[in-house]
Amino acid sequence: MAFLTDRKRATGMGSAKSGTHHFWSMKVSSVALLFLLPMFIFTFGGTLGSNYAEVMTYFGRPFPAIVAALTTLVGFKHFNDGAQVLIEDYVHGLMQKVLIILLTCLSYGAAAVGIFAIAKLAL
Amino acid sequence: MVQLTLPKNSRMTTGKTWPKPEGANNIRKFQIYRWNPDDGKNPSVDTYWVDMDNCGPMILDALIKIKNEIDPTLTFRRSCREGICGSCAMNIDGINTLACIYGMDEVKGDVKIYPLPHMPVVKDLIPDLTHFYAQHASIMPWLETKTNRPAKEWKQSIEDRKKLDGLYECVMCACCSTSCPSYWWNGDRYLGPAALLHAYRWIIDSRDEATGERLDELEDPFKLYRCHTIMNCAKTCPKGLNPALAIAEIKKMMVERTV
Repeated sequence: MAFLTDRKRATGMGSAKSGTHHFWSMKVSSVALLFLLPMFIFTFGGTLGSNYAEVMTYFGRPFPAIVAALTTLVGFKHFNDGAQVLIEDYVHGLMQKVLIILLTCLSYGAAAVGIFAIAKLAL
Repeated sequence: MVQLTLPKNSRMTTGKTWPKPEGANNIRKFQIYRWNPDDGKNPSVDTYWVDMDNCGPMILDALIKIKNEIDPTLTFRRSCREGICGSCAMNIDGINTLACIYGMDEVKGDVKIYPLPHMPVVKDLIPDLTHFYAQHASIMPWLETKTNRPAKEWKQSIEDRKKLDGLYECVMCACCSTSCPSYWWNGDRYLGPAALLHAYRWIIDSRDEATGERLDELEDPFKLYRCHTIMNCAKTCPKGLNPALAIAEIKKMMVERTV
């Protein structure tokens, strides 16, 4: 129990002077995914049922490989930003910070694995 | 972690069932939340029966009738009885609204009345709005100018005045903020739809000269960006306003001055 005035409680530590960048980058990645996801489904779907050699050849071409790499990269960036908002909504205190760090590791780790796999197929 | 269940001392119990009015043919059942801070008991839901042939058409009429004729201990705020003061905001039939302008005919079946959700309760249907009002005060709800005061008045064009329509009508009843899940979980830091609608009312005012400072104060992951466009605020507003739109406009202005 602290003897704080109502105004002091409402103002807290003031404005963080940030948040717009996060908001805008989520909008940008949303628009990017709007185009990337259909292209990814179209290109990736074409390889379903193909054998190993055909898949290697297909992803050796620049367009499918670049689409897959961009979708992985932008997708996990979007996932990271979105899930961070989710954590901020529902988890508070130290656990919030820990989960955001873990989330960042997971997102960038998964993106790196995906890019590496695509690069291995393509190069 | 947010608390998703009610604490033990807030769990509802079945309360008293008051007798039906004698000789009445057209009666209606009201189930009303009761909690008294002085008796140390958990909140309960009391059942009242109201003679509809001898009662006004609004929910507030029934509440006043119950208080006058059945149970004088029932506690609720009311004042203007015409949707201007915002005092009688409560949760009726699952919707945050003003009891004075919510018709009895709009509720099907039993009338269930609770205080505004997720706020500390002072007594019965009265929520503690201290923090809500302090948040409103924090957005500086007044005209801020730096230019010397003109001899007569701050002029405003008809077009600019029109931009305030749909904003100035807010009566600060708190129906919107208390219907917002983001406000439930982060109400200590998130300003909520009502305060943000008022913030936008001053940001968009052509006479105000503190637009930059106002936007600076709002640029915060919690104060502004907890709004996820859930739209409960617009759905529940008893005055038919759209706080979600006002918040979206603030976000657009934030992006405009950044990108």
